[in-house]
Amino acid sequence: MEAVFLTFVFVLSIFLGFELISKVPSTLHTPLMSGSNAISGITLIGSLASLKAGNSQVAIILGTLAVVLATINVVGGYAVTNRMLEMFKKKDEGAAK
Amino acid sequence: MSSNMDLLINFAYVVSAVLFILGLKMLSSPATARRGNLISAAGMLLAVVVCLLNAGLDYKWIMVGVAAGTVIGLVAAYRVAMTSMPEMVALFNGFGGLASLLLAWSEYHQHPALSLFIASVTFLSTFIGGVTFTGSMIAFGKLAGMIPSKAVLFRGQQLVNGLIILGAIVAAVVFAMNPAVNYQIFIAIVVISLLFGITSVIPIGGADMPVVISLLNSYSGIAACAAGFVVHNNILIVAGALVGASGIILTKIMCKAMNRSLSNVLFSGFGATVQKAGDGPQGEVKPATAEDVYYILEAADSVAIVPGYGLAVAQAQHVVHELGEILENNGTEVSYAIHPVAGRMPGHMNVLLAEANVSYDQLVEMDDINPRMDSIDVCVVIGANDVVNPAAIEDESSPIYGMPIIETFRAKTVIVLKRSMNPGFAGIQNALFFRDNTRMYFGDAKASIQALVAEFKESA
Repeated sequence: MEAVFLTFVFVLSIFLGFELISKVPSTLHTPLMSGSNAISGITLIGSLASLKAGNSQVAIILGTLAVVLATINVVGGYAVTNRMLEMFKKKDEGAAK
Repeated sequence: MSSNMDLLINFAYVVSAVLFILGLKMLSSPATARRGNLISAAGMLLAVVVCLLNAGLDYKWIMVGVAAGTVIGLVAAYRVAMTSMPEMVALFNGFGGLASLLLAWSEYHQHPALSLFIASVTFLSTFIGGVTFTGSMIAFGKLAGMIPSKAVLFRGQQLVNGLIILGAIVAAVVFAMNPAVNYQIFIAIVVISLLFGITSVIPIGGADMPVVISLLNSYSGIAACAAGFVVHNNILIVAGALVGASGIILTKIMCKAMNRSLSNVLFSGFGATVQKAGDGPQGEVKPATAEDVYYILEAADSVAIVPGYGLAVAQAQHVVHELGEILENNGTEVSYAIHPVAGRMPGHMNVLLAEANVSYDQLVEMDDINPRMDSIDVCVVIGANDVVNPAAIEDESSPIYGMPIIETFRAKTVIVLKRSMNPGFAGIQNALFFRDNTRMYFGDAKASIQALVAEFKESA
């Protein structure tokens, strides 16, 4: 039964995603891409939860690597998106800086 | 007590999901986009913090992993040049994919006796994660110029890819039937997925990268989503699905902007063959000097600048903005007309021009500029080629026929900045160069525009 429930969530999220993203103008496609890329680092949550005390050595190695990579994805993704979006200015805002 | 904690954690995930959704919604306008990204980041932070409330975690290794990842991520994000953004996104994307693969592996290693459903999603998370990883690495190598960015084709390529997919399906079925005793099969799935990422991206050429990056972006979301099914976590499913949908939409937009189907982009090896010299449009081109171009621009009332990948290569965005300002001070109306697939990733040109302080309301989309193209005095094409080729409208035999282009040829005068007469990515000569209203201004884009700026300053 839980599989059905999870699939429900999945399908609704896909439709929501389509609705949200089709409203993003092409000017912002690069930040959209890097920002959504950062969101895909959500695997981090699963990876953190999989690193349980008393894991075998193999599981520790796999889990820690997953945490490192997912954190790079999350932190780097948000930071680089913020850096990009900082640059998007209108003329008068730019002059004020 | 512990079930109350579980409840708290899961409700906090709902809040995270809301923050992701609001963040993406705010990305629909440049004015709110930055705040949107911060809101999305806050959602992620909340999810991480409450996740750490789970009982029985191995905090030592978590700290090591998070610290290492944060340092690497921040250094990379603040060091990267804006022109290298496509590579950076590909690299981060690949890491996300590999993390999903490793997570599925780690879960399988801890509990090898999986139900059929969990075994299936474990396969999906592993396979898609692996393809995302090596595919992104190949894309990264191509974008960074470490490996040739041209389409690499070999005989029997389709067959090899077909066999790999077949192998993956067989391995998946065997694995899912009895995961507890099929550890070797799982390892084989990992290897196959990594291999498939390489063989599926290697035949795709440089200018098709906007499609590939969008698609890989989508894969990384779907991999995270599958991983969410493996660990029964809603937030992974919601966030992964949002990213998956976003990648699919971008892929569709990019394909439409090239008038090609996704399968054509993925399998055709477009641009691997170059038209022989002597084929295609012929005629005389009219070269112009910096002084000639200066007089044309000086007299223009409206100028549209059309940037392409050449702008990024020459790092010319700042001088282009300088020229734009000079023209505006001269009473000329300046806009920047941007084709959806200009550059190497969706929106690439917009980011470069934003970096150079070009106001975002001057950035005009193809569909907005084309209807008023007849009234534009001068189009300045900088490092763009196929996206302004009139053959896409006029020549039914052209490989790019039907592709929507920025119709620069309808402007009163077109100035094309270019290094040489070499054809663009599609491997065809550009009919625009031979038009009566076109002037070719040969040279490095940056040096050429600097020369123009100097002309304006001298006469001021």
